[in-house]
Amino acid sequence: MISQLFILSSKGDNLIYKDFRGEAGSDVINVFYEKVMALPGDQPPVVMNHGDLHFVHVRQGGLYWVATTTVDSSPFSIIEFLNRLASLVKDYCGALTEKAVQMNFALIYELLDEVVDYGYVQSMSSDVLKNFIQTEAVSPRPFSLFQLSNVGLFGAETQQSKVAPSSAASRPIQSSREQGGKSEIFVDVIERMSVVIGSNGVLMKADVEGEIKVKCYMPNCSEMRIGLNEEFSIGKSQLRGYGAAVRVDEVSFHQAVKLDEFDSSRILRLSPSQGEQTVMQYQLSDVLPSAPPFRLFPTIERDSGGKLLMYLKLRCDLPPKSAAINLCASIPVPKGSVSMSLELSSPDQSAELKLQSRSIEWTIPRFPGGTQLSALFKVEVPGLSPSSLMEVGPMVLNFELPKLTVSGLQVRFLRLSPVQPGPAQRWVRYVTHSDSYILRI
Amino acid sequence: MSSALFSFTLPDAAVVNELYTLLRDPDPVVMVNCLRALEEILKEEGGVAINKPITHHLLNRLKECDVWGQCEVLRILQRYRPQTEDELFDILSLLDASLVSPHPPIMAATLSLFLGLCSALPAVGLAALERVRAPLLTACGSPSREMRLTTLCHIQLLLRSLPGLMGAHYKRFFCGYAEPAYIKQRKMQVLVELVNDDNVAMILDELRGYCTDVNTDTAQAAISAIGGIGQSYSDRCLEILTGLLGLKQEHITSAVVQTMRDLVWVCPQCSDTVCEALEGCEDTLLDSQGRQALLWLLAVYGERVSSAPYTLEVFIDGVRSETSVGVKMELLTTTMRLFLCRPAETQDMLGRLLHYCIEEETDMCVCDQGLLYYRLLHHGIEDTQKVLQGRRSDPSLGVLIGRPAEPVSQWACSFNTLDPLKQGPAETEPHSRGSPEHVTFDSKPNTDLSETLDCSQIVKLHSASDRARGCSDSSAEGLASSVAPPLSLSLTPVLSPEEFERLWLQRQDLHTEQDAEKREEEQDCACLVEHIRGPAIAHCSPQSLQAAMQLVNIQTLAFTPPHTLPWRVYLFTHTQHTHSGYAPHSTLIVGELLYTGEANQRVRLVKTGSDDGDLVEGSIEEHVKEGGDPTSAGLRESARENGEEEEVKVTLKQQPRDDSALKGFLSILTTVLHTLSSERA
Repeated sequence: MISQLFILSSKGDNLIYKDFRGEAGSDVINVFYEKVMALPGDQPPVVMNHGDLHFVHVRQGGLYWVATTTVDSSPFSIIEFLNRLASLVKDYCGALTEKAVQMNFALIYELLDEVVDYGYVQSMSSDVLKNFIQTEAVSPRPFSLFQLSNVGLFGAETQQSKVAPSSAASRPIQSSREQGGKSEIFVDVIERMSVVIGSNGVLMKADVEGEIKVKCYMPNCSEMRIGLNEEFSIGKSQLRGYGAAVRVDEVSFHQAVKLDEFDSSRILRLSPSQGEQTVMQYQLSDVLPSAPPFRLFPTIERDSGGKLLMYLKLRCDLPPKSAAINLCASIPVPKGSVSMSLELSSPDQSAELKLQSRSIEWTIPRFPGGTQLSALFKVEVPGLSPSSLMEVGPMVLNFELPKLTVSGLQVRFLRLSPVQPGPAQRWVRYVTHSDSYILRI
Repeated sequence: MSSALFSFTLPDAAVVNELYTLLRDPDPVVMVNCLRALEEILKEEGGVAINKPITHHLLNRLKECDVWGQCEVLRILQRYRPQTEDELFDILSLLDASLVSPHPPIMAATLSLFLGLCSALPAVGLAALERVRAPLLTACGSPSREMRLTTLCHIQLLLRSLPGLMGAHYKRFFCGYAEPAYIKQRKMQVLVELVNDDNVAMILDELRGYCTDVNTDTAQAAISAIGGIGQSYSDRCLEILTGLLGLKQEHITSAVVQTMRDLVWVCPQCSDTVCEALEGCEDTLLDSQGRQALLWLLAVYGERVSSAPYTLEVFIDGVRSETSVGVKMELLTTTMRLFLCRPAETQDMLGRLLHYCIEEETDMCVCDQGLLYYRLLHHGIEDTQKVLQGRRSDPSLGVLIGRPAEPVSQWACSFNTLDPLKQGPAETEPHSRGSPEHVTFDSKPNTDLSETLDCSQIVKLHSASDRARGCSDSSAEGLASSVAPPLSLSLTPVLSPEEFERLWLQRQDLHTEQDAEKREEEQDCACLVEHIRGPAIAHCSPQSLQAAMQLVNIQTLAFTPPHTLPWRVYLFTHTQHTHSGYAPHSTLIVGELLYTGEANQRVRLVKTGSDDGDLVEGSIEEHVKEGGDPTSAGLRESARENGEEEEVKVTLKQQPRDDSALKGFLSILTTVLHTLSSERA
């Protein structure tokens, strides 16, 4: 049960405030923000209390989404509610930014009126809500030529006619109703991988968490069928055959998904509601179906002049047609590092020494599969001792693998009924993010 | 959209009946809202009445509700108690699917209901915990970090009852690079719990990686996590810890020294390695916590660290610019103890330190402790040795492996509430430890360990010095001998004045009711009225009284100004005592000192709280018996001669009741008061 709800910008501006039960005054916003500010660091605890009043907050889109409640409420429910509210706001406003929330405050209040009554959550399904929400979203995005230009999805170099612009999925769901906006459907397969590779090159930990999200802008779609790889198996025991089998450890589905065809032919049936929903979540732990995408071959030593020499060779083991983009490697260096000179193997890379986080940030805009890059860093560290070499590493990689899932999961087909008129309204997108990719040195 | 009416104040029978009827409405949202409305309207009567038909109706329609509705229904069903075991198992099997729901709120609400229903069947409850392992692990990898934190906190609860629950899945608790510090710290706490012979190498390897984290809090948490594992696997952990000292970074060195102090207390067999490692790390220690830990280690193992006197010399030379009271106090004790084992090297610097503390120091506590040690030295080396030996941990403690599993009921009531998330990361651990070794070694040692240690040292000090001076009160003497088990006092958790007032008045009521022969059966509390004669403490300044009390870890809460009558002081403390064989327990004592100015008031006897009618009689009886004890009579006579006999009435209330602790406390208090008054004289 929620007593009050408010949304604050990162600077503490009150964007939305609603009191459901009248149990506490409106000064709670200031109390909350003071508590946040009084703490060091950027990560205040999720639950804070002020007397009997408890604040639970989540951070989404750089905003604080805060609910006040009593001590015996379920933290799971409240956090789930706040997350769901944030995604509803994102569906209705198109984006989750301070500006979007500010411009659509009327719409958000209308949403809150329908979603919560006297502190009790009534319904958060967009199917129910679409009958009640009348306000049109105001899009904060000014018209820009840039969006019409030939920017492919995830930087892919494909023809514009075949690929939707990356902004296509971030628009308000209602605009399809009246503005005659395109009726489109997006199916995203998103995977997050967390990997630890030991200093000897052994894979120590590999987890993949994936989800299939459907974002629907179609007002009249009664049923859709998503076909997954036929060789899709769940659990360790069901290994069958060789080759292209895709295996995951655990799968959970959205409750609206009908699974009668899943066992026989791996088809998910659902009637998508407008907006975004996570249709399926899956996990794969401890093993990867292919080699880990990146490996590092480091040489680290102290040269005669007392400088720290780091020669790093980074190898990308993706299939040759794929590439990683926006790769950013950060390597911690010993405390007291002053300056750095570097040699990189190609001109599009860059690297700099960040003194604040005492690390080297090495950025590689595009890293095709099957290639290898190298870098030589000479770091000036006054008073470098042999034990300081322990402080070097581990290297952390942040990257994006477009058009690729590490688990190998693919969407075979996507059928809608009734059959929609007009071509090209169905988009399937794959992407793998690095949640935490750590290479020990 | 359906919306329930909540706005009336008087429960209107017609409305209530209508709402009960509407529970059968075909729309699940209406059903859930009726439940909520009834719950609000009937709050005074304990909420909506849950009988068998309603329960079964709700359970059968559970699947139709959305996530929020299901959570609400499950929460309300917690009040229902099935009549037969068959019914109970029917309900449990109906709920089984919800237990592994992919929605964490439903999973948590169902588990909470399960634990409530199975409170009489612990085995079923434990089986339910096994069932939720998979959904919990999934929630641990949720994209929302707040959800991850919530799940981690609840996993910590589960591990208290089933320590082996997640052992095979330890890799799930390795920290991601981009995770916020609060999640990393929780994960490390979980990792410490999961250590076993198979995974210890992997976990330690992982934790060592976190020790050089850019975020200092994360780094320190990792170091103390390694220390926690060191209680079972000391050799490997010490190797890592000593390796970290080589980095020569302040925050790492400080955390390592503190961790070593805690580790060496539990595992005295590591002391050799620790002593070697201590050499030369004082230069990198800058914060007061770390230096206090170093000083403590030097005090205990001074004879084995060859450079100890030189290290101390540096500290003593810099004592003028030292800002932390804690470090100064620790420095005094350390220098004293080192003086006992290495007098030749330390004598000169001890003299300088004592001179500084007594003559120049402005802080009352430091000054008083300096004085105390000075007087102690006057009594000769044997007494000093006796007092300063302090407690040492028992070398036969050996290696600790695992800890006993708690029953589920210990934490079931806080499951799925905000409580597990509220506790700071440091506080979650200690109270879950239960073995006797851990009573003296509190896992939040930064403050607690040294506090308890100091206190016990000084308590002994007081009684010893008094005895030596020959002015000890008979009652104190008699009591001290009866207090066999070591008693230690501590100020944590701190009692706020409001809480104090509540406790005090609550006991007061009890008291008056007793007089009216309407004794209530109140378990677990004791009340004691005692007169201490002699001390003229009413003339003491409040500051010195407070300082003296604080030395023995008694907190004074309120005073009347000096020289007013009646003069009162309110105080509190926690006693903690460790019978060797018994379960450890701590009690809270609140007390009042009252000086009315009437000398020679008859000593009234001892009132005590009730424990099924057996009064704790005259704990201090020998004090009162006329001529029963020659010493006391003599003392009283001499006091009368001085014409200075005054009495302070002490009223103490204790909860839970523990006579020996109360006696021990009283003897400490008496000693302090006597010391104070003799100081004045």
